[in-house]
Parts: sequence; structure tokens; C-alpha cells
Amino acid sequence: MDTSRRIILKASMAAGTLAVAAGANLLTPSTVLAAWPAKAFKATKIDVAMDAMTGKGRPTPSADIKVEAPDIAENGAVVSVKIKTTLPKVESISIYVPVNAFPLSASYILSNQMETSITGRIKMAKTADIVAIVKSNGKLYTAKKGVKVTLGGCGG
Amino acid sequence: MARKMKIRAWDNGKSTSIKAIIFHPMETGLRKDKKTGKKIPGHYITEVKCEHNGKNILTCLWGPGVSKNPFLSFSFNGAKKGDDVKISWVDNQGGKGGTTAKIS
Repeated sequence: MDTSRRIILKASMAAGTLAVAAGANLLTPSTVLAAWPAKAFKATKIDVAMDAMTGKGRPTPSADIKVEAPDIAENGAVVSVKIKTTLPKVESISIYVPVNAFPLSASYILSNQMETSITGRIKMAKTADIVAIVKSNGKLYTAKKGVKVTLGGCGG
Repeated sequence: MARKMKIRAWDNGKSTSIKAIIFHPMETGLRKDKKTGKKIPGHYITEVKCEHNGKNILTCLWGPGVSKNPFLSFSFNGAKKGDDVKISWVDNQGGKGGTTAKIS
């Protein structure tokens, strides 16, 4: 009788831990966000990445977008980029490096509280243009800046 | 692995500035281990969410092309000193982190 009691105790304890684990899972703040566009990030060609990210439409060049990056980057693993725009109603800003294994580096979805200037650091495999695509008022605009990379940052 | 981040939020007079750095390897999945010759599996942050008083202000979708220990800087309107700014992230291996700062 004693052994079966032990078993029941053990079983109920195990069930208890499970319940706690499930509870903890529910309590963690919702870091489950909008679906990450895997297709766009895993694309190896910029056109495919752009199709997956923003659809078939191609952006028009705009002088109202500024891509600020160094002319020469000594280390391609860390290239500081600032995207700034005066376009109205900016919904998103995406950064592409056409020569990278995965051309889409980052995409930012902005709320209307945001000022339209974002700084980050990206990797560059070799000398290339950094391409910014801004979705403003439902339309796509683009600008680019050439960066000379002396040491590639995606090396194998 | 240390999953840490730093965040600064301050009132710059006309809006609120945020600077954040997340300590993360941002491994692309293309690099090879020099000793074994095997590929190092990709390990990178996929999404970063920035909230002001619980309201989403910026969502960052990141791929392996973002540098190691990613840095993020931006400004936004409609906040005041003492408000909370929360930044949380998830990576492709199910790791997550986040922290909250008060606007100073």
C-alpha cells in the first residue's frame, strides 16, 4: 500500500510541475509578434526578397530619402547605416545589400509616433550599394549609397 | 550565454530618443568553424518590438545580415519624462529577452 501511495504522490508532483510550466508560459509577455517574413529573409536574390517583402511593384527613386553610411568601411561586419526620410506617412523602411548571401538585412515597421530616421548596423559581404526602400502613403520609394568594403563581413 | 541588453531613453527637447544595444551573436549560418570545418548554425534575432506605455511604436524585422550585438537608434513623439519604453526581442532558436527603461 505504501508503494502505491508513493507512486500517486510522485505522479501528482509531476503533474504539478507541468501545470506550473504551462502557467509560466502563459504569463510571459507576448513576444509573439507579427509573422517574420522568412521567405523574404531567406531569398538569395534581391528581386525575390523584394517580391516577398513588398510585392511585385518596384520602387521609384526619391531624393527625399537619405542613406547615411561611411564611404569606406574597413570592416564589413559592422557598417553603421542611418536611413532618414522626409516622405509623409512612412509605414516601413527596409534595408537591402544586393551582394550579400541574403540581400534583405532589416525591415522596420513604423507607427505614426515615430520620427522617420533609424540607425542600425549591418553586415556587408563586399563593396556594394546599400539600398533603402521606404513605403510612404502606400507607395514605394528608394535611395541608395555606395560603400567600399575593404574586409568582407559575411566570410566563411 | 549572457542574454543582456542596454537601453537608454531620454527627452531631447522635441521628442524622445532611444538607443539600444542587444548582446547577441547574430550568427548567419554560413560561417564555418575553423577547427572542425562544420557550419555554425544560424542564430540571429528575428524580431524586436519597441513599446511606449504598452503601445507598439516600432517593429524591427531582422535577418542574419544585421551585425553582431545589434545597435538600434530612433526617436519618437508623444511621450513624456517618466514614461516606460519597453524593448523585447526573439531569435530564430526560440531565445528571447527584453528590458524596460524610463524616459529621463
